[in-house]
This record gives sequence, C-alpha cells and structure tokens, in this order.
Amino acid sequence: MSDESDASKSEYEREPVPDSAMKGPAAFWGMYAGEHTAGTEFMIGPLFVKWGASASSLIFGLLLGNLLAVLTWRFLTAVIATEQRLTLYYKLEKIAGGILVKLYNLANGVLFCFLAGAMITVSATAVGPFFPDVPMPTFATMMPTGLGWIVICAAIGLAITLVANRGYSLVAKVGHYSAPWMFLVFVACAIVTLGRLDNFNIWELLTPAEGTTESISFWGIVFFSWFCNAAMHLGMSDLSVLRFAKSPNAGYASAAGMFLGHYVAWICAALLLVYWVRVHNVNPQEGKDPGTMVNDAVGWAGLICVVVAGWTTANPTIYRAGLAFQGVLPKISRSMATWIAGIVCTIAGIFPGVAMQLLDFVGIYGTILAPVGAIIIVDHFWAKKLGIQTDPAEKSRLAINWIVLIAWLVPVAAGMAAYWKLGLFPSYLPLPCAIACGIIYVILMKLWMPAREQVGAV
Amino acid sequence: MMKQLSRIVGYLSLAGTIVPPILFSVKSMTQPTMEWIMLVSCVTWFAAAPFWMKAE
Repeated sequence: MSDESDASKSEYEREPVPDSAMKGPAAFWGMYAGEHTAGTEFMIGPLFVKWGASASSLIFGLLLGNLLAVLTWRFLTAVIATEQRLTLYYKLEKIAGGILVKLYNLANGVLFCFLAGAMITVSATAVGPFFPDVPMPTFATMMPTGLGWIVICAAIGLAITLVANRGYSLVAKVGHYSAPWMFLVFVACAIVTLGRLDNFNIWELLTPAEGTTESISFWGIVFFSWFCNAAMHLGMSDLSVLRFAKSPNAGYASAAGMFLGHYVAWICAALLLVYWVRVHNVNPQEGKDPGTMVNDAVGWAGLICVVVAGWTTANPTIYRAGLAFQGVLPKISRSMATWIAGIVCTIAGIFPGVAMQLLDFVGIYGTILAPVGAIIIVDHFWAKKLGIQTDPAEKSRLAINWIVLIAWLVPVAAGMAAYWKLGLFPSYLPLPCAIACGIIYVILMKLWMPAREQVGAV
Repeated sequence: MMKQLSRIVGYLSLAGTIVPPILFSVKSMTQPTMEWIMLVSCVTWFAAAPFWMKAE
C-alpha cells in the first residue's frame, strides 16, 4: 500500500530542503494516486465483504474515514513537513536520539517486510490461473497451500529482491506510469461485474445477504480507512516526502490516493467477490484469490494489473526495509540488507495468513508507528507553549532519550494487550495510543528533563 | 510531435481500458473482444506513457 519517490529519500537527508528543490502540487497528486492503488487493494475490498460490512458502512464510512485521513495529512503532516523540511528520521534523531532511531528503523523494517510479503502473496495469485493444480489461498488459509505455492512465492520474492538490489528506479517509473491504467482496470472489473450480474444498483449489491454477521461496523470502517496509513500521516513517515512541498496544501494531494485507491478501488474489488458469492456460491468467509477473480472478469489485462500492482509496491517496500535494516546495522552493505529484507518478505509472502489478516495487520502497523508521530506533533506545535525543550536529544546531546522510549512503548504495549487479550479491532488503537504517547511525553518531559539541562542545552 | 502523438495514444489506451467493459456490461460487446482490446490497450499504454508522463 505504499510507494514513494526514491529521489526524495536520498536528498537533503540531514539538512532542510532548499527552495530550489521544492516541487509543485502535481508531483504529489500523481505520487499519492499511484502509491495507494496497490496490489493489496485487491485484498482489502473483498475482506470487507468477508466481514459483512453493510452498504452504508462501506459507502459512507469509507467516505468519512478517507476524508479524515486527508485532513490529517493536510493539517498535521504537511504543516510540520513544510515548516521543518526534515525527514522523519532526522527529526526523530533530534528528539529521541540516534539509538532510538535505530529501534524505530528495526520496527519499521520488520513491518515493511510483512507488508511487502502480503504484496508477494497477492502477486502470486496472478500466477494461479496458469497452474490450475496449485491451490490458491483463501481468506481462511494461514499456511502455504503446498510446494507449488511456495515455489511461486519464492520465485516472485527472488525476482523482486534482485530488482530491488539493483536499484529500483525502473520499477518506480513503471509504477508511476501504471497508476492511471491500474485504477481504470479496477473500475473495469467492477463494471464487468455489474454487467454480468445485470444489476447496476451498487447499494443493493454491497448489502450482505440476510443473516450475515456484521463483523465490522460503520465506525470500524471509518477508523480502518482513516488509520490504515497511520504510520504515514499521523506517524509522520510522509515528512520525508512532503518536506519537498512548496505549501502545506500539498497534503490535499493525498485525496488522490484516498478517494481513488481507498474508496473507488476498494469498492470495485469488493464487487468482484460479491459476484463470486452470488454466482459461484463462494463462501464469503473463504473468499476467492484476486488473480482468479480478476482473470475471470477482464482476462490478461487484469492479471498484468495484479502483478504490476503487487510488484511496483513490493519492490520499493523491500528496498526501504533494506535501508531500515542498514540503519540498524550500518556495517552491512546495502545489498546484504536488501537481501535480508527480501528473504524475510518472501517467507512472509509464502504464508498467506499475513495477506488474509491484512485488516488487522495495517491496524497493528499504525498502532506501533503512529505514536512516534505524536511526539513530533508535541515537539512542533506545543513544546514551547508547554515549557518543554524542542529537539531535546540534539540540544542535550543524548544518544537515547528515555522519555521518548517510555512514552512510545507504554501505550503500544497497552494497545497490543488490548488487541491480544480483548480482541479489540486494531484500527481503533492508533489514535488513542498516539494521544496517550503525546500526553506521557509531555508529563515525563516536565518531570524528568531537568530545567538546568534544558537551559544549558539551548 | 512525439510527445503529442504518445499523449493521443495514451488517452486512446485509457479509453480502450474502460470503454470495452462498459460496452460489455450493456451487452454490446463479447467478453473475448473486450479482453483483447484491454490487453492491446495495456501494451500501448505502457509503450506511450513514458514519452509524456513526467516521472517526478
């Protein structure tokens, strides 16, 4: 579900972006549109059907959730990005210290690997129609379906890692070019489905059959669509991208990704499974793999779309995971780091459970990484007003700011406990965890950071 | 000239991706024809797009 300009990651990493390097709004609209029309969208739409989401929850819940996501990008991420013009990593180093940045890198790298693994799983389903003897995974499949499945995933993982190792500029370009076409393939799948069902009443089609348990509510969908990219907006990962923007209004560009990829594409993908449920009597709890559904709807173009959508997003994700691992272990080469990331991703991709639990996974992803953004928000907007040192690690020359570590880990531990023990839907967790993290950070900074040290460090 | 030509081919390719499914859904086109036009449009799109879509 993520892709971004590589150029933006490699320039001005330890200095503010100069005026000459700033980009106009068109760059961001295109980037967000491409980034959020990924292979995983083919999984998320049908998963809503599995969870028995009502038509009103889907149509209005996604509308509200995506709107809130866009506003978070615009009024938090883009504002900080254009006022600080620093990468997340450099800003975090100033607040939390270099050691904590490494910990963040490790968490980020591992989570990136699982995300890329899900994309490998989705891409592998596009190979399914050519090998009818290889069983494709369903929503209920947690383990590899057999040797054939393992070989397909390993081959795709190997190919993606090889390309990532060589530098992925070509794949990044293909991803950029493919965005408008991929979006239309999603829409085409839905139109074909409507025609086959001879029913253009989307509301009626999205309404679950009578007796279906509604496992995800309106607010569940609102929070899911708001926080499925929590690491990027609330978690401030997109500081690295939006620091190149001339104005915070570039944050509105995220609407291209949210309303095309996370609204239209999700609903189109959901309609694909609706067709299979109604016509082929597929059990919505088991679902059908994206490759088979898309091939059935639009043929080769659909299969190419599944592969391209998975490939173009998995590739930079593996590359970035490699960079994150290299940040933890600077002595290893970038190539070795990318291979480590690629192997972890491929193993994750072989186990379809990651992709099939994607709704949970993205919530956990946001729960772990979004609180870091809350600390940056406090530092940027309120630190001076509250009498807290800004950029405390840099000014006090701290290798590790223990206050940040405690403020980050305590809410995340509580949130994960709520998920494991109480079965709370993980997309509800990023917001309270981030708020708790910000509050704990403020309290501990007031209590523990000696005034002398603060003054002396200024 | 090349850029303009590729832009036209690009727009036609996008039309070739979305119009056939619409025609299929109103039963004015068969599925195999739709699939073939979409595949050709896919190829022409990727051939034309690099000439006019600026990679930022």
